[in-house]
Amino acid sequence: MSGVRVLVGTRKGAFILTSDERRQEWDVTGPHFPGWEIYHLKGSPADPNRIWASQSSSWFGQTVQRSDDGGKTWTAVGNDFSYADGPVTHQWYDGTQHPWAFARVWHFEPSPTDPDTVYAGVEDAALFRSTDAGATWQELPGLRAVQGERWQPGAGGMCLHSIVLDPANPDRIFVAISAAGVFRSDDGGETWVAATRGLTSDFLPDPGASIGHCVHNITMHPSRPETLFMQKHWDVMRTDNAGELWHEVSGNLPSDFGFPIAVHAHEPETIYVVPITSDEHHFPPEGKLRVYRSRTGGNEWEALTDGLPQEDCYVNVLRDAMAVDRLPGCGVYLGTTGGQVYASADGGDHWQAIVRDLPSVVSVEVQTLA
Amino acid sequence: MIRVALPAHLRTLAGIPSGEREVRLAVAGPVTQRAVLDALESAYPPLGGMVRDRATGRRRPLVRFFACQEDLSHAAPDDPLPEAVATGREPYLVVGAIAGG
Repeated sequence: MSGVRVLVGTRKGAFILTSDERRQEWDVTGPHFPGWEIYHLKGSPADPNRIWASQSSSWFGQTVQRSDDGGKTWTAVGNDFSYADGPVTHQWYDGTQHPWAFARVWHFEPSPTDPDTVYAGVEDAALFRSTDAGATWQELPGLRAVQGERWQPGAGGMCLHSIVLDPANPDRIFVAISAAGVFRSDDGGETWVAATRGLTSDFLPDPGASIGHCVHNITMHPSRPETLFMQKHWDVMRTDNAGELWHEVSGNLPSDFGFPIAVHAHEPETIYVVPITSDEHHFPPEGKLRVYRSRTGGNEWEALTDGLPQEDCYVNVLRDAMAVDRLPGCGVYLGTTGGQVYASADGGDHWQAIVRDLPSVVSVEVQTLA
Repeated sequence: MIRVALPAHLRTLAGIPSGEREVRLAVAGPVTQRAVLDALESAYPPLGGMVRDRATGRRRPLVRFFACQEDLSHAAPDDPLPEAVATGREPYLVVGAIAGG
Protein backbone atom coordinates (compact mmCIF):
# COMPACT_ATOMS: atom_id res chain seq x y z
CA MET A 1 0.00 0.00 0.00
CA SER A 2 1.36 3.41 -0.88
CA GLY A 3 1.55 6.20 1.62
CA VAL A 4 3.46 9.23 2.79
CA ARG A 5 5.98 10.04 5.46
CA VAL A 6 6.07 13.70 6.51
CA LEU A 7 9.33 14.83 8.10
CA VAL A 8 8.87 17.83 10.39
CA GLY A 9 11.73 19.82 11.88
CA THR A 10 10.89 22.07 14.82
CA ARG A 11 12.63 24.30 17.33
CA LYS A 12 12.51 21.49 19.88
CA GLY A 13 12.87 18.24 18.00
CA ALA A 14 11.82 16.26 14.94
CA PHE A 15 8.50 14.57 14.30
CA ILE A 16 7.56 11.96 11.71
CA LEU A 17 3.97 11.77 10.53
CA THR A 18 2.83 8.83 8.45
CA SER A 19 -0.37 7.95 6.64
CA ASP A 20 -1.70 5.76 3.88
CA GLU A 21 -2.59 7.09 0.44
CA ARG A 22 -5.86 8.55 1.74
CA ARG A 23 -3.92 10.89 4.01
CA GLN A 24 -6.78 11.27 6.47
CA GLU A 25 -5.50 9.46 9.55
CA TRP A 26 -2.01 10.03 10.82
CA ASP A 27 0.47 8.34 13.07
CA VAL A 28 2.81 10.77 14.83
CA THR A 29 6.18 9.79 16.29
CA GLY A 30 8.53 12.05 18.17
CA PRO A 31 10.01 14.15 19.41
CA HIS A 32 13.19 12.73 17.99
CA PHE A 33 16.19 14.62 19.41
CA PRO A 34 13.96 16.35 21.99
CA GLY A 35 15.07 19.81 22.97
CA TRP A 36 17.29 20.32 19.92
CA GLU A 37 16.62 22.59 16.97
CA ILE A 38 15.99 20.52 13.87
CA TYR A 39 16.34 22.86 10.92
CA HIS A 40 15.76 20.22 8.27
CA LEU A 41 15.15 16.55 7.57
CA LYS A 42 15.13 15.02 4.13
CA GLY A 43 14.94 11.49 2.77
CA SER A 44 17.05 10.03 -0.01
CA PRO A 45 15.13 9.48 -3.26
CA ALA A 46 17.54 6.61 -3.97
CA ASP A 47 16.84 4.91 -0.64
CA PRO A 48 13.74 6.20 1.15
CA ASN A 49 14.76 4.56 4.41
CA ARG A 50 17.79 6.85 4.55
CA ILE A 51 16.92 10.18 6.16
CA TRP A 52 19.19 13.07 7.05
CA ALA A 53 18.53 15.37 10.00
CA SER A 54 20.22 18.63 10.92
CA GLN A 55 20.40 18.76 14.72
CA SER A 56 21.78 21.84 16.44
CA SER A 57 21.58 23.97 19.53
CA SER A 58 22.86 27.33 20.68
CA TRP A 59 24.77 25.53 23.42
CA PHE A 60 26.45 22.69 21.61
CA GLY A 61 26.46 23.55 17.91
CA GLN A 62 25.77 21.29 14.98
CA THR A 63 25.57 17.56 14.58
CA VAL A 64 24.21 15.48 11.72
CA GLN A 65 21.99 12.46 12.23
CA ARG A 66 21.34 9.74 9.69
CA SER A 67 18.65 7.08 9.79
CA ASP A 68 18.79 3.97 7.65
CA ASP A 69 15.43 2.59 8.74
CA GLY A 70 12.96 5.32 7.91
CA GLY A 71 13.49 7.33 11.07
CA LYS A 72 13.15 4.60 13.70
CA THR A 73 16.79 4.75 14.80
CA TRP A 74 19.48 7.34 14.21
CA THR A 75 23.26 7.55 14.12
CA ALA A 76 25.33 10.70 14.61
CA VAL A 77 27.66 11.02 11.62
CA GLY A 78 30.34 13.55 10.71
CA ASN A 79 29.88 17.16 11.70
CA ASP A 80 33.17 18.69 10.60
CA PHE A 81 32.22 21.47 8.19
CA SER A 82 35.62 23.07 7.74
CA TYR A 83 35.73 25.65 4.99
CA ALA A 84 38.17 25.20 2.15
CA ASP A 85 40.39 28.01 1.01
CA GLY A 86 38.46 30.93 -0.39
CA PRO A 87 37.17 34.30 0.71
CA VAL A 88 37.80 34.58 4.43
CA THR A 89 35.50 37.52 5.08
CA HIS A 90 32.10 38.71 3.95
CA GLN A 91 30.00 41.81 4.48
CA TRP A 92 28.72 42.33 7.99
CA TYR A 93 25.65 44.27 9.09
CA ASP A 94 27.70 47.40 9.76
CA GLY A 95 29.46 47.32 6.39
CA THR A 96 32.71 45.93 7.74
CA GLN A 97 34.19 42.63 6.65
CA HIS A 98 33.48 39.66 8.95
CA PRO A 99 35.22 36.29 9.14
CA TRP A 100 33.39 33.30 7.68
CA ALA A 101 32.29 31.06 10.56
CA PHE A 102 30.26 27.85 10.46
CA ALA A 103 27.03 28.04 12.45
CA ARG A 104 24.61 25.33 11.27
CA VAL A 105 23.19 23.25 8.45
CA TRP A 106 20.02 24.75 7.02
CA HIS A 107 19.23 22.25 4.29
CA PHE A 108 20.15 18.78 3.08
CA GLU A 109 19.67 17.75 -0.54
CA PRO A 110 20.29 14.03 -1.08
CA SER A 111 21.47 12.82 -4.47
CA PRO A 112 18.61 11.41 -6.56
CA THR A 113 20.73 8.41 -7.54
CA ASP A 114 23.36 7.70 -4.85
CA PRO A 115 22.22 7.17 -1.26
CA ASP A 116 25.72 7.96 0.05
CA THR A 117 25.89 11.37 -1.60
CA VAL A 118 24.19 14.36 -0.01
CA TYR A 119 24.63 18.12 -0.22
CA ALA A 120 24.43 20.43 2.79
CA GLY A 121 23.69 24.14 2.67
CA VAL A 122 25.17 25.89 5.67
CA GLU A 123 25.47 29.19 7.54
CA ASP A 124 27.79 31.09 6.99
CA ALA A 125 26.80 30.42 3.44
CA ALA A 126 28.60 27.62 1.67
CA LEU A 127 27.79 24.34 -0.03
CA PHE A 128 29.23 21.07 1.29
CA ARG A 129 28.97 17.56 -0.11
CA SER A 130 29.45 14.15 1.43
CA THR A 131 30.02 11.09 -0.74
CA ASP A 132 30.56 8.66 2.15
CA ALA A 133 27.14 8.69 3.79
CA GLY A 134 27.91 11.67 5.97
CA ALA A 135 31.18 10.51 7.49
CA THR A 136 33.07 13.46 5.99
CA TRP A 137 32.05 16.71 4.32
CA GLN A 138 33.91 18.70 1.69
CA GLU A 139 33.14 22.25 0.68
CA LEU A 140 32.61 23.17 -2.97
CA PRO A 141 34.59 26.40 -2.66
CA GLY A 142 34.01 27.68 -6.18
CA LEU A 143 30.68 29.03 -4.98
CA ARG A 144 32.19 31.49 -2.52
CA ALA A 145 34.55 32.65 -5.27
CA VAL A 146 31.56 34.42 -6.85
CA GLN A 147 32.08 37.73 -5.05
CA GLY A 148 31.80 36.11 -1.63
CA GLU A 149 33.30 39.18 -0.05
CA ARG A 150 30.12 41.06 -1.06
CA TRP A 151 27.66 38.58 0.45
CA GLN A 152 25.87 39.68 3.60
CA PRO A 153 23.61 38.05 6.17
CA GLY A 154 19.88 38.55 6.21
CA ALA A 155 18.04 38.82 9.50
CA GLY A 156 18.13 35.05 9.89
CA GLY A 157 21.83 34.75 9.22
CA MET A 158 23.83 34.29 6.03
CA CYS A 159 22.44 30.92 5.08
CA LEU A 160 22.50 28.69 2.04
CA HIS A 161 18.95 27.38 2.28
CA SER A 162 17.95 26.09 -1.16
CA ILE A 163 19.68 23.41 -3.22
CA VAL A 164 18.07 22.28 -6.48
CA LEU A 165 19.61 19.40 -8.42
CA ASP A 166 18.72 19.09 -12.09
CA PRO A 167 17.38 15.54 -12.47
CA ALA A 168 18.27 15.48 -16.18
CA ASN A 169 21.77 16.87 -15.82
CA PRO A 170 23.87 15.78 -12.84
CA ASP A 171 26.35 18.58 -13.55
CA ARG A 172 23.79 21.32 -12.98
CA ILE A 173 23.09 22.63 -9.47
CA PHE A 174 21.24 25.72 -8.29
CA VAL A 175 21.60 27.18 -4.81
CA ALA A 176 20.09 30.22 -3.12
CA ILE A 177 21.51 32.29 -0.30
CA SER A 178 20.11 34.99 1.97
CA ALA A 179 21.23 37.63 1.24
CA ALA A 180 23.46 36.97 -1.71
CA GLY A 181 21.19 35.63 -4.44
CA VAL A 182 20.87 32.54 -6.59
CA PHE A 183 23.81 30.75 -8.19
CA ARG A 184 24.19 28.05 -10.84
CA SER A 185 26.88 25.49 -11.54
CA ASP A 186 27.09 23.54 -14.80
CA ASP A 187 30.09 21.43 -13.84
CA GLY A 188 28.96 19.56 -10.77
CA GLY A 189 29.70 22.36 -8.34
CA GLU A 190 33.26 23.22 -9.32
CA THR A 191 32.50 26.66 -10.74
CA TRP A 192 29.50 28.92 -10.34
CA VAL A 193 27.85 31.99 -11.77
CA ALA A 194 25.39 34.39 -10.21
CA ALA A 195 22.01 33.73 -11.85
CA THR A 196 20.28 36.91 -10.73
CA ARG A 197 19.58 38.89 -13.88
CA GLY A 198 16.06 40.23 -13.75
CA LEU A 199 15.87 40.35 -9.96
CA THR A 200 15.32 43.77 -8.44
CA SER A 201 15.57 44.58 -4.74
CA ASP A 202 14.77 48.11 -3.66
CA PHE A 203 16.81 47.77 -0.47
CA LEU A 204 19.99 47.63 -2.56
CA PRO A 205 21.78 50.80 -3.70
CA ASP A 206 21.68 49.27 -7.19
CA PRO A 207 18.36 47.37 -7.23
CA GLY A 208 19.53 45.26 -10.15
CA ALA A 209 22.94 44.35 -8.75
CA SER A 210 24.19 40.85 -9.41
CA ILE A 211 24.86 40.17 -5.69
CA GLY A 212 22.83 40.99 -2.59
CA HIS A 213 19.31 39.78 -3.33
CA CYS A 214 17.49 38.19 -0.43
CA VAL A 215 16.18 35.04 -2.09
CA HIS A 216 13.92 33.11 0.28
CA ASN A 217 13.30 29.86 -1.61
CA ILE A 218 13.58 28.34 -5.10
CA THR A 219 11.99 25.24 -6.58
CA MET A 220 11.77 23.32 -9.85
CA HIS A 221 9.48 20.74 -11.40
CA PRO A 222 11.63 17.77 -12.41
CA SER A 223 10.10 17.63 -15.90
CA ARG A 224 11.06 21.26 -16.64
CA PRO A 225 14.60 21.76 -15.40
CA GLU A 226 15.01 25.07 -17.23
CA THR A 227 12.12 26.58 -15.28
CA LEU A 228 12.57 27.65 -11.68
CA PHE A 229 10.23 29.49 -9.38
CA MET A 230 11.41 31.82 -6.63
CA GLN A 231 9.92 33.44 -3.56
CA LYS A 232 12.15 36.43 -3.02
CA HIS A 233 12.06 38.66 0.06
CA TRP A 234 9.56 40.64 -1.97
CA ASP A 235 8.40 39.36 -5.39
CA VAL A 236 7.50 35.94 -6.75
CA MET A 237 9.70 35.25 -9.78
CA ARG A 238 10.22 32.66 -12.47
CA THR A 239 12.85 31.87 -15.06
CA ASP A 240 12.46 29.70 -18.13
CA ASN A 241 16.11 29.64 -19.10
CA ALA A 242 17.83 28.25 -16.02
CA GLY A 243 18.33 31.60 -14.36
CA GLU A 244 19.65 33.57 -17.32
CA LEU A 245 16.72 35.93 -16.83
CA TRP A 246 14.00 36.11 -14.20
CA HIS A 247 10.66 37.85 -14.46
CA GLU A 248 8.07 38.68 -11.87
CA VAL A 249 4.86 36.64 -11.60
CA SER A 250 3.44 38.11 -8.37
CA GLY A 251 0.28 39.17 -10.21
CA ASN A 252 -2.77 39.51 -7.97
CA LEU A 253 -1.24 38.19 -4.73
CA PRO A 254 -2.36 40.16 -1.65
CA SER A 255 1.34 40.41 -0.74
CA ASP A 256 4.33 39.15 -2.65
CA PHE A 257 6.41 38.82 0.52
CA GLY A 258 6.73 35.30 1.83
CA PHE A 259 9.06 32.42 2.40
CA PRO A 260 8.26 29.03 0.79
CA ILE A 261 7.32 28.23 -2.79
CA ALA A 262 6.32 24.80 -4.11
CA VAL A 263 5.33 23.30 -7.43
CA HIS A 264 2.60 20.69 -7.95
CA ALA A 265 3.95 17.17 -8.44
CA HIS A 266 2.03 16.51 -11.66
CA GLU A 267 1.28 19.98 -13.06
CA PRO A 268 4.48 21.92 -13.77
CA GLU A 269 2.62 25.21 -14.15
CA THR A 270 0.77 24.91 -10.83
CA ILE A 271 2.64 26.61 -8.00
CA TYR A 272 1.96 27.51 -4.39
CA VAL A 273 3.03 30.36 -2.12
CA VAL A 274 1.99 31.58 1.33
CA PRO A 275 1.72 35.38 1.27
CA ILE A 276 2.94 37.16 4.39
CA THR A 277 2.02 40.77 5.10
CA SER A 278 5.52 42.24 5.01
CA ASP A 279 9.05 41.93 6.27
CA GLU A 280 7.99 44.08 9.22
CA HIS A 281 4.97 41.88 9.98
CA HIS A 282 5.86 38.24 9.73
CA PHE A 283 2.24 37.07 9.75
CA PRO A 284 -0.44 36.57 7.10
CA PRO A 285 -2.54 39.45 5.79
CA GLU A 286 -5.79 40.08 7.69
CA GLY A 287 -5.08 37.29 10.17
CA LYS A 288 -6.04 34.69 7.54
CA LEU A 289 -3.73 31.82 6.68
CA ARG A 290 -4.15 31.43 2.93
CA VAL A 291 -2.17 29.38 0.50
CA TYR A 292 -2.25 30.91 -2.97
CA ARG A 293 -2.23 28.66 -5.99
CA SER A 294 -1.52 29.62 -9.56
CA ARG A 295 -2.39 27.17 -12.32
CA THR A 296 -0.79 29.42 -14.91
CA GLY A 297 2.77 29.43 -13.65
CA GLY A 298 2.19 32.70 -11.84
CA ASN A 299 0.44 36.05 -12.28
CA GLU A 300 -3.08 34.65 -11.74
CA TRP A 301 -3.54 33.40 -8.20
CA GLU A 302 -6.43 31.95 -6.20
CA ALA A 303 -6.72 31.80 -2.43
CA LEU A 304 -7.01 28.35 -0.85
CA THR A 305 -8.74 28.62 2.49
CA ASP A 306 -10.93 25.58 3.16
CA GLY A 307 -9.71 24.10 6.43
CA LEU A 308 -7.13 26.81 7.13
CA PRO A 309 -7.74 29.36 9.93
CA GLN A 310 -9.43 32.46 8.56
CA GLU A 311 -9.48 34.66 11.62
CA ASP A 312 -7.02 35.70 14.30
CA CYS A 313 -4.19 33.72 12.73
CA TYR A 314 -0.76 35.30 13.09
CA VAL A 315 1.64 32.45 12.42
CA ASN A 316 4.38 32.38 9.82
CA VAL A 317 5.36 29.62 7.38
CA LEU A 318 9.13 29.45 7.00
CA ARG A 319 11.06 28.87 3.77
CA ASP A 320 11.48 25.10 4.04
CA ALA A 321 8.08 24.44 5.63
CA MET A 322 5.98 23.62 2.56
CA ALA A 323 6.23 20.46 0.46
CA VAL A 324 4.22 18.26 -1.89
CA ASP A 325 3.81 14.52 -2.26
CA ARG A 326 3.64 12.58 -5.55
CA LEU A 327 0.43 10.67 -4.96
CA PRO A 328 -2.50 11.21 -7.35
CA GLY A 329 -4.03 14.59 -6.66
CA CYS A 330 -0.79 15.86 -5.16
CA GLY A 331 -0.80 16.33 -1.43
CA VAL A 332 0.38 19.70 -0.16
CA TYR A 333 1.78 20.19 3.35
CA LEU A 334 2.81 23.20 5.37
CA GLY A 335 4.03 23.79 8.90
CA THR A 336 3.63 26.97 10.92
CA THR A 337 5.55 28.78 13.59
CA GLY A 338 2.51 28.07 15.77
CA GLY A 339 3.22 24.35 15.65
CA GLN A 340 0.49 23.26 13.28
CA VAL A 341 1.07 21.03 10.27
CA TYR A 342 -1.68 21.30 7.67
CA ALA A 343 -2.19 18.83 4.85
CA SER A 344 -4.28 18.80 1.71
CA ALA A 345 -4.76 15.56 -0.17
CA ASP A 346 -6.27 17.30 -3.22
CA GLY A 347 -3.77 19.84 -4.39
CA GLY A 348 -4.82 22.50 -1.90
CA ASP A 349 -8.59 22.52 -2.29
CA HIS A 350 -9.24 21.20 1.23
CA TRP A 351 -6.98 21.23 4.28
CA GLN A 352 -6.86 19.58 7.66
CA ALA A 353 -4.47 19.90 10.57
CA ILE A 354 -2.45 16.72 11.04
CA VAL A 355 -1.11 18.05 14.34
CA ARG A 356 -1.79 21.34 16.07
CA ASP A 357 0.55 21.77 18.99
CA LEU A 358 4.10 20.95 17.99
CA PRO A 359 6.96 23.30 18.76
CA SER A 360 7.45 26.04 16.20
CA VAL A 361 7.89 24.34 12.81
CA VAL A 362 11.03 25.11 10.83
CA SER A 363 10.78 22.61 7.98
CA VAL A 364 8.43 20.12 6.34
CA GLU A 365 9.43 17.52 3.78
CA VAL A 366 7.41 14.64 2.37
CA GLN A 367 8.39 11.20 1.19
CA THR A 368 5.98 9.36 -1.10
CA LEU A 369 6.30 5.68 -0.30
CA ALA A 370 5.53 2.89 -2.72
CA MET B 1 40.68 7.61 35.76
CA ILE B 2 39.30 11.07 35.23
CA ARG B 3 35.63 11.54 36.00
CA VAL B 4 33.77 13.86 33.61
CA ALA B 5 30.18 14.93 34.23
CA LEU B 6 28.22 15.88 31.11
CA PRO B 7 24.92 17.68 30.56
CA ALA B 8 21.97 15.53 29.60
CA HIS B 9 21.91 16.51 25.92
CA LEU B 10 25.53 15.48 25.47
CA ARG B 11 25.04 12.22 27.35
CA THR B 12 22.18 11.39 24.99
CA LEU B 13 24.21 12.34 21.93
CA ALA B 14 27.13 10.22 23.10
CA GLY B 15 24.91 7.24 23.74
CA ILE B 16 25.67 7.11 27.46
CA PRO B 17 23.06 5.02 29.30
CA SER B 18 20.42 7.04 31.10
CA GLY B 19 21.15 7.42 34.78
CA GLU B 20 24.90 7.61 34.29
CA ARG B 21 25.85 11.23 34.81
CA GLU B 22 29.60 10.74 34.50
CA VAL B 23 32.05 9.06 32.16
CA ARG B 24 35.51 7.84 33.14
CA LEU B 25 38.45 8.59 30.91
CA ALA B 26 42.09 7.60 30.85
CA VAL B 27 44.30 10.61 30.18
CA ALA B 28 47.92 10.13 29.23
CA GLY B 29 50.37 12.76 30.43
CA PRO B 30 49.54 15.93 32.33
CA VAL B 31 45.87 16.23 33.27
CA THR B 32 44.80 19.51 31.70
CA GLN B 33 41.48 20.71 30.36
CA ARG B 34 42.72 20.23 26.81
CA ALA B 35 43.89 16.68 27.54
CA VAL B 36 40.60 15.76 29.22
CA LEU B 37 38.49 17.19 26.39
CA ASP B 38 40.69 15.55 23.77
CA ALA B 39 40.17 12.22 25.54
CA LEU B 40 36.43 12.86 25.79
CA GLU B 41 36.10 13.56 22.06
CA SER B 42 38.25 10.57 21.22
CA ALA B 43 36.16 8.22 23.34
CA TYR B 44 32.87 9.71 22.14
CA PRO B 45 33.26 10.97 18.54
CA PRO B 46 29.72 12.45 18.36
CA LEU B 47 30.87 15.01 20.94
CA GLY B 48 33.44 16.44 18.53
CA GLY B 49 32.70 20.13 18.06
CA MET B 50 29.97 20.10 20.70
CA VAL B 51 32.01 21.41 23.64
CA ARG B 52 34.73 23.27 21.74
CA ASP B 53 34.30 25.02 18.43
CA ARG B 54 36.01 22.94 15.75
CA ALA B 55 37.45 25.90 13.87
CA THR B 56 38.84 27.83 16.85
CA GLY B 57 39.27 25.11 19.46
CA ARG B 58 37.68 27.48 21.98
CA ARG B 59 35.02 26.64 24.53
CA ARG B 60 31.55 27.26 23.16
CA PRO B 61 30.09 30.44 24.69
CA LEU B 62 27.23 28.67 26.49
CA VAL B 63 29.37 25.86 27.88
CA ARG B 64 31.21 26.16 31.21
CA PHE B 65 33.88 24.07 32.93
CA PHE B 66 33.76 23.64 36.71
CA ALA B 67 35.76 21.57 39.18
CA CYS B 68 36.26 21.64 42.95
CA GLN B 69 33.80 24.52 43.36
CA GLU B 70 35.76 26.67 40.93
CA ASP B 71 34.89 28.04 37.51
CA LEU B 72 37.71 26.99 35.19
CA SER B 73 36.02 28.26 32.05
CA HIS B 74 38.52 31.04 31.55
CA ALA B 75 41.58 29.14 32.70
CA ALA B 76 44.30 28.34 30.17
CA PRO B 77 43.53 24.97 28.51
CA ASP B 78 46.99 23.64 29.24
CA ASP B 79 47.04 24.54 32.93
CA PRO B 80 47.03 21.47 35.19
CA LEU B 81 43.66 20.57 36.65
CA PRO B 82 43.32 20.29 40.45
CA GLU B 83 44.90 17.23 41.97
CA ALA B 84 41.48 16.02 43.14
CA VAL B 85 40.35 15.85 39.51
CA ALA B 86 43.57 14.22 38.33
CA THR B 87 43.19 11.48 40.92
CA GLY B 88 39.48 10.96 40.27
CA ARG B 89 38.29 12.14 43.69
CA GLU B 90 36.34 15.01 42.16
CA PRO B 91 34.64 15.17 38.73
CA TYR B 92 35.40 17.65 36.00
CA LEU B 93 32.07 19.25 35.15
CA VAL B 94 31.05 20.24 31.62
CA VAL B 95 28.02 22.43 32.17
CA GLY B 96 25.42 23.79 29.78
CA ALA B 97 24.89 27.38 30.87
CA ILE B 98 21.56 28.48 32.27
CA ALA B 99 20.74 30.83 29.43
CA GLY B 100 17.38 32.24 28.59
CA GLY B 101 14.89 34.55 30.17
